[in-house]
Amino acid sequence: MIRAHVLICGGTGCTSSGSDKIHEAFERELAAADLAGEIKLVRTGCFGLCAVGPVVIVHPDGTFYSRVKAEDVPEIVSEHLLKGRPVKRLEYKDVDESVREQVNVSLNDTTFYKTQKRVALRNCGVIDPEDINEYIAMDGYAALGKVLTSMTPDDVIKTILDSGLRGRGGGGFPTGLKWTFAKNSVSEKKYVVCNADEGDPGAFMDRSILEGDPHAVLEAMAIAGYAIGADEGYIYVRAEYPIAVHRLQVAIGQAREMGLLGKDIFGSGFNFDITLRLGAGAFVCGEETALLTSIEGNRGEPRPRPPFPAVKGLFGQPTIINNVETYANVCQIILKGADWFASMGTEKSKGTKVFALGGNITNTGLVEIPMGTTLREVVEQIGGGVPNGKKFKAAQTGGPSGGCIPASLIDTPIDYDNLIAIGSMMGSGGLIVMDEDTCMVDIAKFFLEFTVDESCGKCAPCRIGTRRMLEILEKITHGQATMEDLDKLEDLAKYIKENSACGLGQTAPNPVLSTLRYFRDEYVAHVVDKKCPAGVCKALLSYSIDPEKCRGCTACARKCPADAISGAVKQPHTIDTQKCIKCGVCMSTCRFGAVVKG
Amino acid sequence: MKSLEELAALREQMKNRVILREGSGSIRVVVGMATCGIAAGARPVLGTFVEEVAKENLTDRVTVSQTGCIGICQYEPVLAVCDAHKASVPYVNMPPEKAKRVVAEHLRDGKVVEEYTIGKAE
Repeated sequence: MIRAHVLICGGTGCTSSGSDKIHEAFERELAAADLAGEIKLVRTGCFGLCAVGPVVIVHPDGTFYSRVKAEDVPEIVSEHLLKGRPVKRLEYKDVDESVREQVNVSLNDTTFYKTQKRVALRNCGVIDPEDINEYIAMDGYAALGKVLTSMTPDDVIKTILDSGLRGRGGGGFPTGLKWTFAKNSVSEKKYVVCNADEGDPGAFMDRSILEGDPHAVLEAMAIAGYAIGADEGYIYVRAEYPIAVHRLQVAIGQAREMGLLGKDIFGSGFNFDITLRLGAGAFVCGEETALLTSIEGNRGEPRPRPPFPAVKGLFGQPTIINNVETYANVCQIILKGADWFASMGTEKSKGTKVFALGGNITNTGLVEIPMGTTLREVVEQIGGGVPNGKKFKAAQTGGPSGGCIPASLIDTPIDYDNLIAIGSMMGSGGLIVMDEDTCMVDIAKFFLEFTVDESCGKCAPCRIGTRRMLEILEKITHGQATMEDLDKLEDLAKYIKENSACGLGQTAPNPVLSTLRYFRDEYVAHVVDKKCPAGVCKALLSYSIDPEKCRGCTACARKCPADAISGAVKQPHTIDTQKCIKCGVCMSTCRFGAVVKG
Repeated sequence: MKSLEELAALREQMKNRVILREGSGSIRVVVGMATCGIAAGARPVLGTFVEEVAKENLTDRVTVSQTGCIGICQYEPVLAVCDAHKASVPYVNMPPEKAKRVVAEHLRDGKVVEEYTIGKAE
């Protein structure tokens, strides 16, 4: 009998900070202590709290260890697993003091987890993704069994429609409607495609689902295949996600071996199989028509819609294409019912949404919240607030296609329609928090640089237009722009939105438009006053030394890499602005606060 | 996979593999594993509980875990059977042979083995 489980996070985040070595150390130490027969090691997917990784959880008590190192493992084994005394110094310290004072806080009681609602992530960090038996123990493949033995394709589609599930990839199109269109298209051959080409900077929701619960996606794709009458599926996943790719391969192999993929599944006569296609990492391939073109073996470029993929998709056949997280909800909806799903969320956005929290936030990681949760709850409670005593300035959602939500709108309930109304969008779920030291013009420039790089070049508005916008932004951040440039920027943005061929170009100006809408004064400060209020844009900065405060200690002069600081010992120093490269080393070196930036 | 029954049977069989992660079972056997306990031979007692609970198919209800020194070192090995709905029962002077009887009578059949409890030892 196994009396305890040690769960070690095997997500990309914790793996890159050394959870492989921790796993090896546990194997070694458990064997040495003769505990290998009664303690099971499990390599799971992402727990969500990536900021404090590598994460190790010990069950049944649920002890939550954070920032574990391989050197800590002997102590965990001899103290906790042998003698039953949890290693206090390694236990996770909650941001909330009242929680911190409780004894033996389990994962679900922490401030980070307690307001989350895990549907798509329900198995992530719970099961071993490389063992189909553990998935089956958690009701895995029961939804597919139910669908194939007791539901008609129309029943399935009606359940999905009634649940109110909308596409989690960004657009928010009702999933059931998409399936209806594909079902109604008459054809011998149809396809089910999973869009796992997650490309937004800072987004890792889909990767974590694939790494933590790959079977949930496979099972949902088979259900979708049954609903629309397809027998073949493709998962288009980035080659830069090696762990996700590996686990998908293992999962597909195990499902085939058990007859959960392949011919005559559950004796129903229904056949379904899935092929993996690795994407080379072009952002445009997240756009559905470009993705399909890429699967077909061609250069990933979008094609005009209509015809929509549901009518004429992969290899010219009717195709549904859904995002990873969308599929991850499907099995739960089938098992628990449309009403259960529709009971979560807001009027028009049902269920939950996974966000990858990043940027200036204490708890960097993966969170799943019911739709309609306010941004304030996500940032201040679950996220643990902005670190280093800084003020919250804005949150960016939707990546290069989305926009910024300023601090004044922090109480906005997050759902598809509210985010669109305030000029941002849900996107796939990247949520980047920015503090007062962030320059909004610089952020807009960052995202535009990304889209300029990633524009496929097929249509002129996107290829040329975004490049021209970037040039104007560069002028602004260098203090060389005029107010006319701001108008030009806005005109160009609107033109690109209206005239680009695909979603990439149509949404590329959003970061600029939304920052112009909420932070216009910052743009004006760059243009008129030639100042960057956040002190980020180097060209508009100058460093100087306050002679009142300077003690002439020479520390800054010795550190300055450009030899720009001069002055005699115990006399006030000065900075030669001609030589200064604005690296800021003097400012961080000075112990008297004498260096000022402005 | 040919039928729902086959899947259900496999699921039942596999449930035991993950049930620990949903928290403790309704009954917890807590073995004192402080230095005094280990010196008095608590390690094989813990091992016996782990084996016997599995043999009796009680893994879905019973969690075996350990704790530190309870303070009655003269009675080691010491353990307690904690039932969520009843007062916990402390057993003392517990070598592995006696542990088997506790599993069979107390954990399986629900009858406290009075003669091994702390009340009788005093």
